[in-house]
Amino acid sequence: MFATTTSKPTFQSVKNRLFSDPHVARLGIILALLLVFFAIVKPNNFFGLATWQSMAVQFPEFGLMALGVMLTMIIGGIDLSVVGIANMTAIGSAVLMLQIAPAGSDPNQGYLAVIAAIVCSLVVGALAGAFNGWLIAKVKIPAILVTLGTFELFTGIAVIISGGKPTSGLPLQYGEIMANRVFGVIPMPLIVFIVGTIVIGLLMYKTPFGTKLYMLGSNETAAKFSGMKTNNLIIRTYMTSGIFAAAAGLVMLANYNSAKADYGSTYTLLAVLIVVLGGVNPNGGSGRLSGVILAIIVLQVLSSLLNTFPDISNFYRPLIWGGVLLLVIVVNELSNKGSLARLLKWKGNQS
Amino acid sequence: MAALLRKLVKTNEFYLFLVIVVLSVVIQLRSGQFFTANNLVDLANAMVVPGIFAVGAFMVLVSGGIDVSFPALASLSVYATTRILVDGGYEGGMWLPFLLVIVLGAILGAFNGLFTSRFAVPVLIITLGTASVFSGIMQGVLSSVQIPNLPPAMTEFGRATLFVATNPKSGLTSSMPVSFILLIVVVAAAFVVLRYTTFGRGLYAMGGDESAAERAGFKVRRIKFWLFVIVGIIASLAGLVRTTSMDSMHPTNLLGMELMVIAAVVLGGASITGGSGTLTGAMLGTLLIVIVQNSMILIGVPTFWQGFALGVLIIVGTGISAVQVTRARKRARVLI
Repeated sequence: MFATTTSKPTFQSVKNRLFSDPHVARLGIILALLLVFFAIVKPNNFFGLATWQSMAVQFPEFGLMALGVMLTMIIGGIDLSVVGIANMTAIGSAVLMLQIAPAGSDPNQGYLAVIAAIVCSLVVGALAGAFNGWLIAKVKIPAILVTLGTFELFTGIAVIISGGKPTSGLPLQYGEIMANRVFGVIPMPLIVFIVGTIVIGLLMYKTPFGTKLYMLGSNETAAKFSGMKTNNLIIRTYMTSGIFAAAAGLVMLANYNSAKADYGSTYTLLAVLIVVLGGVNPNGGSGRLSGVILAIIVLQVLSSLLNTFPDISNFYRPLIWGGVLLLVIVVNELSNKGSLARLLKWKGNQS
Repeated sequence: MAALLRKLVKTNEFYLFLVIVVLSVVIQLRSGQFFTANNLVDLANAMVVPGIFAVGAFMVLVSGGIDVSFPALASLSVYATTRILVDGGYEGGMWLPFLLVIVLGAILGAFNGLFTSRFAVPVLIITLGTASVFSGIMQGVLSSVQIPNLPPAMTEFGRATLFVATNPKSGLTSSMPVSFILLIVVVAAAFVVLRYTTFGRGLYAMGGDESAAERAGFKVRRIKFWLFVIVGIIASLAGLVRTTSMDSMHPTNLLGMELMVIAAVVLGGASITGGSGTLTGAMLGTLLIVIVQNSMILIGVPTFWQGFALGVLIIVGTGISAVQVTRARKRARVLI
């Protein structure tokens, strides 16, 4: 983390950075093997632009959520409310857009509605995240319970606003902007995801905030005694997670062209799975952005590969996600047999 | 007597009981329907499944973890049991369904236990994974569908009633199911195990401090493994009760119940980081949530406020207990 801030980003240093972490290297190899397998088994799909474009539309939904969850896991917490925040803000902004620009109003009104909706959704996401952070830092409820509770709360609010029905009939301008292909090839959701990644990369590796995240995650007491405002830091972390969840909600709103309180219900597990697969220690203090990004891509490729086999039912998907999660836990444990396992097994004076 | 009262006033359960009483009176005043024989029996009936689940969730919480896999586990083991029995044209007694469910529940619980006892990863994350493995096996591998006709023994068990309560005014009747006895048996057994066995004390010790428990001589790994086996059995029993009382097997009916049950247990004063809590509290917490869910209709609140209400209950409930912990810690520091 400190080395990266001093060295110049030459190709060599990028390569070193990527493969210095055995976990990231392993993920890179898995991705490569997966891609080769894909290319051999389904060459038609693999070499078609449409496959990659549809992937680029899908993964930003859970990818953005995973980035937020990653930050909270680095400080040793967890955010299970991301799907709740995404649905609540998506429904909120859909309702707002319909208020400002009802069906049949002129395009300028529509663009205004879109801008208002995006701003509003990100602000509400930040507030919802800050509420999580406040409950965790100030009221001192464990993060798991806070976010389980607020997941229910935010989903509840979403149900109340929408009456449990899908909210649709958005202004055409929203779809126009979000379904846009930049340079005719790159889908808009991918751009949103790339911007999100850059923002989070800068936050993690170029600001004191990022360094403090790792310090807080490795030892909260030490962080507090070294003069860090830990409460403030926790609140800001969950706020960032909330903003990313809201951005994911905007992408979902565009992809479904409607919003509903129970969209994306499998994403909670998927986001946690991605972050653990990406090499973030659930107990806090370690993990890299590159690992998480690779994990997102691995899962999306795996998912698209499964899609090309029509006889594998969709219901197998949770089995595969869960299986991968358990496998990753086992492999992680075997690979760094040491620190934590030894700590738990510690019996008196044997060292 | 006065000492007992003073001690009582300090407990979380006492306040929870007060909240339940106040809430009941409010509902009674607004609807006039709460303290009727049939409503009370309905509440008892509605408490059976979440109550049995709560016993299992409580035991895991005491040991310092959070299990979110029990609804998926119960669905899978009960679905498999029902499938086997229906396909085999089983006509015999209720003992075989019980036996199968217990064996399958124990096996699936052992699967949970294998991971939780070996790996230093939060139980929540492991059970998130196993939960989706369980529901994936049920919906993918077994390609689960609704089974409308249960074996006769299960139908009979679901219909068996202890007594029937009639509302003298409206003439509505509600019957107390035999499965209520199962709830009592499970709670009593858990009570004895938690209080009088090494295993039970080990759970509390582990929840307080895992390495301290290990040094004090508890076999933490073994206790953790068997804990999840037991929880698997308890959860499967709850699933069997739900299936028999609905008189058909809806594979996804239980999924999503984990939040409500965990909320109930935490409301009951079980420490969120493990090590303390009582079964009485867990049952009172379940009762409170069941009352809130059942009575929103009685006082005319639309059902889509339920999720919101549950979320507020979880946050307020856990918030109160968290503030108490912080205060206790501050007080302790002052004394030192």
